[in-house]
Amino acid sequence: MHMKIPMRQLRVNQKARIVSVAARGELGRRIRDMGLVPGTEITIVGQAPLKDPVALRLKGFTMSLRNSEADHIVVETDEQEG
Amino acid sequence: MDRTIRVALAGNPNCGKSTTFNAITGSKERVGNYPGITVERKEGCSCVHGATLRIIDLPGTYSLTAYSMEELVARQVLVDEKPELAIDVVDATALERSLYLAVQLMELGVPVVLSMNMMDEVRQKGIHIHTRELSARLGVPVVETVAKSGKGIGKLLKTVVDYAQSEAIKEFAPLHIPYGPDLDGVIQRMVDRIEEEQFLTERYPARFIAVKYLENDESLIKRGRSQGELGLELEAMAKEAEAMCERDSETYPEAVIADYRYAFINDILKDGVLEIEPTTNAHTRSDRIDAVLTHQILGPALMLGILYLMFTVTIEWGAYPQELLIAGFEWFGDVCTRILPDGLLQSLVVSGIVDGVGGVLSFVPLILIMFFMLTFLEDLGYMARMAYMMDRVFRFFGLHGSSVMPFIISGGIPGGCAVPGIMSARTLRSPKERLATLVVSPFMMCGAKLPLFIMMTAAFFPGSAARVMLLFSLGAWAVALLTARILRWAVIRGEPTPFVMELPPYRMPALSGLWMHTWERTWQYIKKAGTVILAISILIWAAMTFPRLPAEKIQSFDARVAAVMQDQQLSPQEQEMKINVIRGEQAEMALRNTVAGRIGDALLPATSLAGFNWKMNIAVLGGFAAKEVIVSTLGTAYSMAEVDPENPAALGERLKSDPHWTIPAVIGCMTFILLYAPCFVTVIAMARESSWKWAVFAVVFNTLLAYILAVIIYQAGSAMSG
Repeated sequence: MHMKIPMRQLRVNQKARIVSVAARGELGRRIRDMGLVPGTEITIVGQAPLKDPVALRLKGFTMSLRNSEADHIVVETDEQEG
Repeated sequence: MDRTIRVALAGNPNCGKSTTFNAITGSKERVGNYPGITVERKEGCSCVHGATLRIIDLPGTYSLTAYSMEELVARQVLVDEKPELAIDVVDATALERSLYLAVQLMELGVPVVLSMNMMDEVRQKGIHIHTRELSARLGVPVVETVAKSGKGIGKLLKTVVDYAQSEAIKEFAPLHIPYGPDLDGVIQRMVDRIEEEQFLTERYPARFIAVKYLENDESLIKRGRSQGELGLELEAMAKEAEAMCERDSETYPEAVIADYRYAFINDILKDGVLEIEPTTNAHTRSDRIDAVLTHQILGPALMLGILYLMFTVTIEWGAYPQELLIAGFEWFGDVCTRILPDGLLQSLVVSGIVDGVGGVLSFVPLILIMFFMLTFLEDLGYMARMAYMMDRVFRFFGLHGSSVMPFIISGGIPGGCAVPGIMSARTLRSPKERLATLVVSPFMMCGAKLPLFIMMTAAFFPGSAARVMLLFSLGAWAVALLTARILRWAVIRGEPTPFVMELPPYRMPALSGLWMHTWERTWQYIKKAGTVILAISILIWAAMTFPRLPAEKIQSFDARVAAVMQDQQLSPQEQEMKINVIRGEQAEMALRNTVAGRIGDALLPATSLAGFNWKMNIAVLGGFAAKEVIVSTLGTAYSMAEVDPENPAALGERLKSDPHWTIPAVIGCMTFILLYAPCFVTVIAMARESSWKWAVFAVVFNTLLAYILAVIIYQAGSAMSG
């Protein structure tokens, strides 16, 4: 079953597909320049010691962003929450 | 046929662009900064196949959107300097993202040669890239390289030369990417108008201008406004398209454009260009390392360990060559003393020039070692992890995860130095956070402040000296972080810079590149020492030398010394001691008589509120040259002909016997010295890294803050104990 959730709610090692990116301006541009566009498969691969920022894998590389920035991204997962 | 081909070198950060640049040009390069900003500008030459390639290294960028300084610079160079073609260094392990820059270069109308770097890693990871097919679909030459080992570089150069002379490059037209039914209509209308009026078309292709208006590109829109009516008309058309996008599909043109660009890239890559063997996990090695290095508990602990190690290596190992250099300059000073006759010229050369410039150049080993390790960690990929781990804490204070490095090196662990610290802030890509970091880093307990603190704590807090030292070091952190918070709230306002950054895979850096980069950075520092620092050294020397004591005063001291020498009842040791005392008094009086001394006196009404006397005033003025000077100046002011800065205990005793130094006065003074204006080498480094405006701001602001805190401490302390 597909679930649409904000990216912040993803757990480590969870896979998802980006549905939409709502950020505009500089943040939106940086997010898109890095390849976070709708349709992209991502996997959360880690969290910083204070749970923020998070590290994720996409298109063959690893990047990081803060939870507050992940809030602008909606993803869908195949798994059931929890 | 010999001709010059001008080539721009483009690529993402961490794609191996610098390595490629070095592999192409060897060491024939010129390094500098772009005017007014700190983005590095490198140029180099290479002669191949009967042609001379002039390579301009563009800053590493992910796109050409002109949001960050790097992107703006990259675009300006491409448009203004009109290179004949661009080599786009592509991290072939992240091909899809890397091509995002390539297609933008082609949209800008720059002919591109793709250099597919890291092909060795690609093969290891079980990825197959059919470069011939990719070349055919993109319509540009594609060369496989491994820049680290130089493999493929020869072929790359031959391809560039051939391509530059081919018919294909003459027929190269700006890339035309379809942006979907919503936007293509409006783009075409905009293009028609742009071509009608030849609007900026000598700089950009018409379609590129239209797309940039839709992308809301501030820099281009601003330029368009100065071009007249059409600028506003295009803005209106872009607004309209935006409203339409929002209404029809709840999105906006910028996002649509990025989506279509990636879709275009995906179309090129599928069916026979990129094959990834599904069974291989491409990232196991870096992931395994990250599991340890960014682990919740192990990660921060290891980071502290690494920082501590770096710091120890810089300071401890650096001390030997530093001492050698200092000894060398002392020897040179002695030689000058012997060659030049006693008097002003000798004093100028020895105390002003040799001591001043020597003091600055003696930092070169520290900077060299520090930059070497810093570049190593950066190229290795660890710096990004450090920022990643620290970001949450530093963000609270309005800083960025990457601020931790400058803090530590500046003296976050006592004994650092703000000069390399401030230079290391280069790794911060966010302008606001970086500025705040620059201003507050000099608060840290640097090595030059240490002797004074050791002396003062030993003299006034016997038994608890270590604890007081620790408190002051922690106090420096607290003041730096809180001040950063206040600055970000009041002066350097603005949203936090996004933490959207790549965590590159761990890669062993190439030694040659490391050395080259380290040397470049160090050389910039040395060049500065020869110019501005020389001038300031002379100025400070003059302020502490002129005007000199009147002749009769000097004669009276000379007469007292002569009387002691003739006193037969004294042993030679006693004679020497008495002469020392007399010469000390002379030095004190001479110092008080100079411009610096008079300024010290004049400042007394203000500084006495903070518990200073005139002697401390002069010392603090001298401390602007270098904080080490505070101890030696205090020595002179307290009638000691000579103070060994390594063993200032005697001076401590002298201070203690002066009833002026109550505990509140001591603490107030120490606070002031910890926080006030950075030394002038630091100020110059700051000006280089930001601007003179901010360097002056740091001098004034830090001094004011230090003064206010010192006054509060002295007044409150005196009130409580009195």
